[in-house]
Amino acid sequence: MIRREITIELAKGLEARPVAVFVQVASQYDCSIIVEYRDKRVNAKSIMGMMSLGIAQGEKVTVIADGPDEKNAVAGVEKYLTSKE
Amino acid sequence: MEAKFVRLDEIANRFGYKNLTPSVDLHEVKIYHRNINRPAFQLTGFYDYFDNQRVQVVGQAEHEYIIRLDPKVAKERLEKLFSYSFPAAIIARGIQTEPYVIETAAKHGIPILSTEKTTALVITEFMKWMNEQLAETVSLHGVLANVYGEGLLITGPSGIGKSEAAIALIKRGHRLVADDLVDVSKISEDMIIGKSPALTKNFVELRGLGVVDVMSLFGVESIMEYSPIDMIISLEEWDGTNDYDRLGLKEEYEEILGLKIVKHTIPIRPGRNLAVIIETAAVNNRQKKMGYNAAQELCERVTQEIHKHRQERNNKESK
Repeated sequence: MIRREITIELAKGLEARPVAVFVQVASQYDCSIIVEYRDKRVNAKSIMGMMSLGIAQGEKVTVIADGPDEKNAVAGVEKYLTSKE
Repeated sequence: MEAKFVRLDEIANRFGYKNLTPSVDLHEVKIYHRNINRPAFQLTGFYDYFDNQRVQVVGQAEHEYIIRLDPKVAKERLEKLFSYSFPAAIIARGIQTEPYVIETAAKHGIPILSTEKTTALVITEFMKWMNEQLAETVSLHGVLANVYGEGLLITGPSGIGKSEAAIALIKRGHRLVADDLVDVSKISEDMIIGKSPALTKNFVELRGLGVVDVMSLFGVESIMEYSPIDMIISLEEWDGTNDYDRLGLKEEYEEILGLKIVKHTIPIRPGRNLAVIIETAAVNNRQKKMGYNAAQELCERVTQEIHKHRQERNNKESK
């Protein structure tokens, strides 16, 4: 299991469209991926769950991946969340 | 391709117009034009912009004008009008014309039809029907069903389950227009309608069962003569690598006869209740037409939430 704290750099934060892309990125991996934000824990592959968080740019989240490809998963997720696009 | 036309006997039969010029064979008269003309201007002698391809509709105004003219002048005016050899004239309101009107028409081989209906009604029924008859048409593969008033063209590769979806929809109280082949025509600039070819009407082919007659099995309430096409439902095999629309924010379209029709691609997978998904797509489309877009609403809520979180953080930092 890997835990990593990531600061969101996406210009608009995790708005609906970026969430859709994020969920697609997360869904490529077989391992389970959880995003912790404030007092919530959400499955990173769930579009409604991720949208319910309303994460702004500059906020910190904790990503927890657990499974055979957890290393790649955390790297992939981090790459997207820290992109400026 | 030869331009589309309607034979005048079809029009006369359809609307119950009486032929006042029996010497003319209505079957031989072809109407290529959906618009009509009221020949009032021409009777006064003004022929600029006169389109002699159109059927002339004569009402009270033209009739009263003619009978108030000196008979000699009236005959000259009519002679001139008929010399333009337009396809036909329809006299409305059961107006009894002067015998020389009919004689002049017959001499020029131009048919005159008569009806008790008002001039306005003749014009509207004629143009509406001609619009449908002369509409651009195309035949498409798919099922056309009407779900909650929305006409859905269900497309997809052979064997994907279009006909099964049609039966499931019928069983849930919706109506079938056509199975497998749909004759589509563009009846106005913003509307296309579809119907079944006469031969296969009311029939559905179900793999393993063969052909079933939907109307005799499920009743008259299960079928519909024709329906507008409001939306395309494209069924396809579930493909893990395809990113299906998750939000419904961007609309996909397909063009039919130059008209852009909203299209939803729905992946098929065991356990998905297709009829319920199709029903939901139909009502959601209706709701969008009413001005409410659920995907957009959710987007706005998320954006507001993000804004709130950002302000909370700014407040904390400034303290």
